[in-house]
This record gives sequence, structure tokens and C-alpha cells, in this order.
Amino acid sequence: MNIHEFQAKQLFAQFGIPVPKGKEIKNVKAAEKWASVLDTPVFVVKAQIHAGGRGKAGGVKLTKNRAEVPELAKEILGKNLVTHQTGPKGRKVRRLLIEEGAGIAKELYLSLLVDRESGFPTFIASTEGGMDIEEVAEHSPDKLLRESIDPAVGFQGYNGRNLAFGLGLPELEPAVVKPFFQMLENLYRLFMEKNASLVEINPLVITTDKRLIALDGKVSIDDSALFKHSDIQKFRDLHEEEPLEIEAGNNNLNYVKLDGDIGCMVNGAGLAMATMDVIKLAGSEPANFLDVGGGATKETVAAGFRILLKDKKVKGIFINIFGGIVRCERIAHGVIDAAKEVGIKLPVVVRLQGTNAEEGRKLLAESGLKVEGVADLWEAAQRIVALRKKK
Amino acid sequence: MSILVNKNTRVVVQGITGKEGSFHATQCKAYGTQVVAGVTPGKAGQEVEGIPVFNTVREAVKKTEATTSLIFVPPPFAADAILEAADAGIWLIICITEGIPVNDMVRVQRALYGKTTRLIGPNCPGIITAEECKIGIMPGFIHKKGRVGVISRSGTLTYEAVNQLTNLGLGETTCVGIGGDPLIGTGYIDLLHMFQEDDETEAVVMIGEIGGDAEERAAAYIQKEMTKPVVSFIAGITAPPGRRMGHAGAIITGGKGTAADKMASLESAGVTVVKNPAEIGETVKSVLHA
Repeated sequence: MNIHEFQAKQLFAQFGIPVPKGKEIKNVKAAEKWASVLDTPVFVVKAQIHAGGRGKAGGVKLTKNRAEVPELAKEILGKNLVTHQTGPKGRKVRRLLIEEGAGIAKELYLSLLVDRESGFPTFIASTEGGMDIEEVAEHSPDKLLRESIDPAVGFQGYNGRNLAFGLGLPELEPAVVKPFFQMLENLYRLFMEKNASLVEINPLVITTDKRLIALDGKVSIDDSALFKHSDIQKFRDLHEEEPLEIEAGNNNLNYVKLDGDIGCMVNGAGLAMATMDVIKLAGSEPANFLDVGGGATKETVAAGFRILLKDKKVKGIFINIFGGIVRCERIAHGVIDAAKEVGIKLPVVVRLQGTNAEEGRKLLAESGLKVEGVADLWEAAQRIVALRKKK
Repeated sequence: MSILVNKNTRVVVQGITGKEGSFHATQCKAYGTQVVAGVTPGKAGQEVEGIPVFNTVREAVKKTEATTSLIFVPPPFAADAILEAADAGIWLIICITEGIPVNDMVRVQRALYGKTTRLIGPNCPGIITAEECKIGIMPGFIHKKGRVGVISRSGTLTYEAVNQLTNLGLGETTCVGIGGDPLIGTGYIDLLHMFQEDDETEAVVMIGEIGGDAEERAAAYIQKEMTKPVVSFIAGITAPPGRRMGHAGAIITGGKGTAADKMASLESAGVTVVKNPAEIGETVKSVLHA
């Protein structure tokens, strides 16, 4: 789960990681009130959306003029921000973070995530802060430092020294070396205790008055561990999620909206991805990823149908079920009942394979519905694409 | 021959009295697997379809000489269950559970480091040696004894590939689901090595998906060490970046982990990459007959 910058900074503060003094702001009046009490030479007004690239899109504004803060808040609040991470639709700004500015002497990069190969939490640090880290990785990989933490013993002094000396921190600013060690240890603690999958500070700033501050912050929490953290569950912002994805989640379905027009319903995540790929190969684009799970029932199929049909772009539906533990004739019953209940007018191709597949296809054929049962995957994909094009 | 498991493998099922555990333990037993014990704390003395239940894995191993464990324990307790099995001297642990917190797996992997215990999964369908031993949740009837080894990060997509192999009369030796999580026990490389060494396996199907760089690392290994043909399909060429596609590990981050990159690495390592998942079986057939 992704959380907002202001929420990430709340977590930072809770774990003793220095952040600029700031506040979450939801309207212009609150902005005015906060600006009147915030003691700083520079005010920073930042749009809070779950996407990077806010600055370039006009979502971050600075001013030295206290009176100008409410105007900037008014300008950004409600604005639709389009960044390289939001997609062309963009994201509406509903909250701001208004905080004190910092005199920047040097920008660094620091993040912590689990390295998939070693299975160790690993710090990544760079002197090239404030930039897109993927670009740094591509153009100057030698500027990226990596330091793995042995989870059996946790963060150690030598981990800190490797990073501090590796970055040349004592030369850059000796006064921040000790605070840097403390920050690394605190970040590691936050990462493990809150089950983060990513903690990123970009930029991590050395200020002109020789302090170390997390000027920006990004934290993602492992979805599988949310049950342990009621405080983090409260951070969820439904406005940042696709409504159909929320509805799917409420029905225990795994749905990701895409831009094509063939709606897909599949059991199993790998097969669901492969089904999307097959639709593209057959000459169309998938409208979604939808995994109804291993234990697909009549109810999950019906819920899946309702979600697919709410996407107005969908012009055809492709159901691909490999019956293992799930029996195909049950799925066929589910499809028939759901199709009658929901009233489907779009072309539907159901590809059934595995346990009792033949029986399932027979049921579909005898249902009197315009639902076609096909055995072969490639044939089925070509069929739905042809039906959609005929329409 | 086969890899990892065969008709002599003795299995203990952890979480056997749960809905999933009891159903699949029964299915595995019906397939011919020697399911010799089950474990659910506090339920010792009970039986599930004639399989004796014990309170601890240690006790189950002592009484039944089980060497392999199959885990159906719910996510909050699954890491504990894996460590319990390792401590009891189980040498092969197959964890089906989906949704174990990654940081729990960080600790588990560290604890298993340097031990002889091998972990398969979590979030996987398990392992099957065709017509001998099924330790997992896959439908047994689609498997037929034959010539091809299968390694996959997915569940139903693996069944799809297996079904094609069986229908074409090629059949399988052993099929291993390695799991869809970002942190898994055994990866492609160890299994590729085992299939390379296995006399009966003539070709390997490797099914990957977006996320991480396990396929790229496997490609480097294949280029260096594999003489048997490898056919690969990578799911998710149409997946958008930054979105998790069902599996916790299936996400393209920072432009890394795309299907296109993985396919290119595998192709340059001499692997036959299939673009259409409906053609996995046919491709293996043509590679074997070439």
C-alpha cells in the first residue's frame, strides 16, 4: 500500500528521523491559518497524491511571502495533476502538505528495500540526490552505493561507516555524520517494525545550517502485513484508487484496470497475465487484469461480470478458466446464472479447460445464451477478438 | 528418475485439520503420495482420512520418519511453521500459503541460510513427480509421466503448460511451482541444475513473469551450464509498470523486471522463448525433435 508524503513524514517523525515542520491541509482556510503560525522564511506548498513527478507538473510551489500561501493552496487544491506516474488521466489534488523550506547545501539519495536475490534489507544511497534515481542507476551506476543489512543482527556500526565514507560524507559536512548513523538505524527500525516494502528519502538534504533533513519521503507498506498495523490501515486513501479496483477488492477479486476493450476474467494470476498477452497477440488490447482466484464460485464469477461491465470501454468478454480443484461445470453454471442475472449483451467467449471442461462447454451450448464455449486457448482468443471487431 | 520427490517421499502436512489442509492432504494421498503425518497444535490423536495428527512437527518426524513437509498454515503463522519444520530436520519444505509478510520471509531465509533444508515457495502450487508423488494443490490428472521438467512462478498457467505437454504425448518428469512472492526459497537456477543432472528429463519448460530479475539470472546460468533445451514463456508483456499483477512479486519497478527484458535475456542465452502461451507444448515438441 502506498501512503502520502505527509503520512510518510509522520512515520519518520515517530521514528526520530528529522523532517521539516509541516501540516496536512485540506482547504484554503486551513492553509491561511497554518501559514500565520508557521515560523519560516520560505513556505513550501506540496500537492499530496500517490505519484512522483509532482514538482514538474506544477504540484509544488515555494514562496517567501506568508500572504501568498493561501493563494498557492487555492491554485493547487482541486487541480488535476498529470505526471509521468499518474497516466494521462492525472490525479485530482485533495490535500496539501504545507511545510517550512530548508536552505539546501547538498542533496543526497537514500532508500531501503528488500533485495530479492539475497533476501536482505538493503540501503541504496547516492550523492546524486533530488534526481530520478532510475536515471542515476542507468547513467552512472557507480554513483549508487548498496549496503545490505543482515537481519539476524540488524543494523551495525560498520553498515553506517560503509555508507558514510562511501558517500564522502565526512568531507561534505562532518557535522552530519553522526546524525546520519542515527538516521540509518532509525530507518531500518521503521522498515522492519512497520513492514515497509520501500522507504525512500529523495532528497535527503544537508542544510546550510548543517542539519540533515528528509525533505521528501516515500513509504510503501507490504499489503500482506497490513493486518499487523491498524495505524497504517488508517492511512489508506480511497481517492487514490480506481473505484472498480476497490469494488473488486471488496469481493476478494484481484483487478487492475487497463486501457483496452476486451474484458478478461481468469483463475490464477499467471494465467490472467498470459491471457492478457494472448489477447494482444490476437490483435486486440485487454481492458483489465482480473484474477478470480483458485476457488472461483458462481458468486465470484457474477461479481467479476458486474465489474467488467461497469468499465464502459469493454466491448467483449473473455473468460479463461483452467479447472483444477475448481470444476468447469460449476464455472459454466456460474457464467450462465450471472449472464442471466446481469443481462449481458456483449459477446462472451468462455474458454474452459481441465476438470469437467467438456461438461461445462456443453452446458454453455445448451443455455440458449450468446455465450460461446471454446476448448483451445488460441482459438478462443482469436474468436473474442473477431466477435468484438464484428460489432 | 525425477527431481526432489518420488514415490518413496514421506510427507507431513502442517495445518492438516484446516479446510484446505484436509482437502489437499486427502487429494495427495489419493494420488499415491505417502502422506504419513499431519500437524495441528492441540489436535494430536485425531486422524484425517487415516492420517495421524500430531501437535508438533518434531513429534511427527520422530514417529513417522517424514522427510518432507507441505504447509497450509495461514499467513500470520506460516513463517513460524517453516522454521518449525526446518528445526525438526525436515529437508524439503513446500509452502503453499499466499500472503506471508515479506519481512517474515526475510527472517526465515536468513535462518535457513547455510542449512541443508530446502524451501519451495511460498505462494506456490507445490511439486509433482508425474504418476508417483503429488505434494501440492495441482490437479493430478493432467500430469503424465514423460520427458519434460517444468519450473514456474505461477499456478494455473503451469497447469496450462502441463496440459499441453500431456496432450501432445510428451509428458513430464517433475513440475515445480517456485512461487509468486518477491522472496522465495528455491529459485530457477537450483532446479535447472537438477533437471540438467536428471537422466529422464530431456527438456525444461521455464515459466516466468514480470518482476525481479530471477529470469535474467537464470538466463546467465543456462548459457553457461545447460546442455538440455529450455523453452520459456514470460507472462505480462501487456502489464503496465508500477502495478502489482496479482502475485506479490509481479510488479515492474523503475523500468526493471519487464517481460521484454526477460525474453531478450533468455533468447540471447539460447533459450527458445514462446510468445504465445498456447504454443508452449508445440514448441517443446519441435525442440525435442529438432
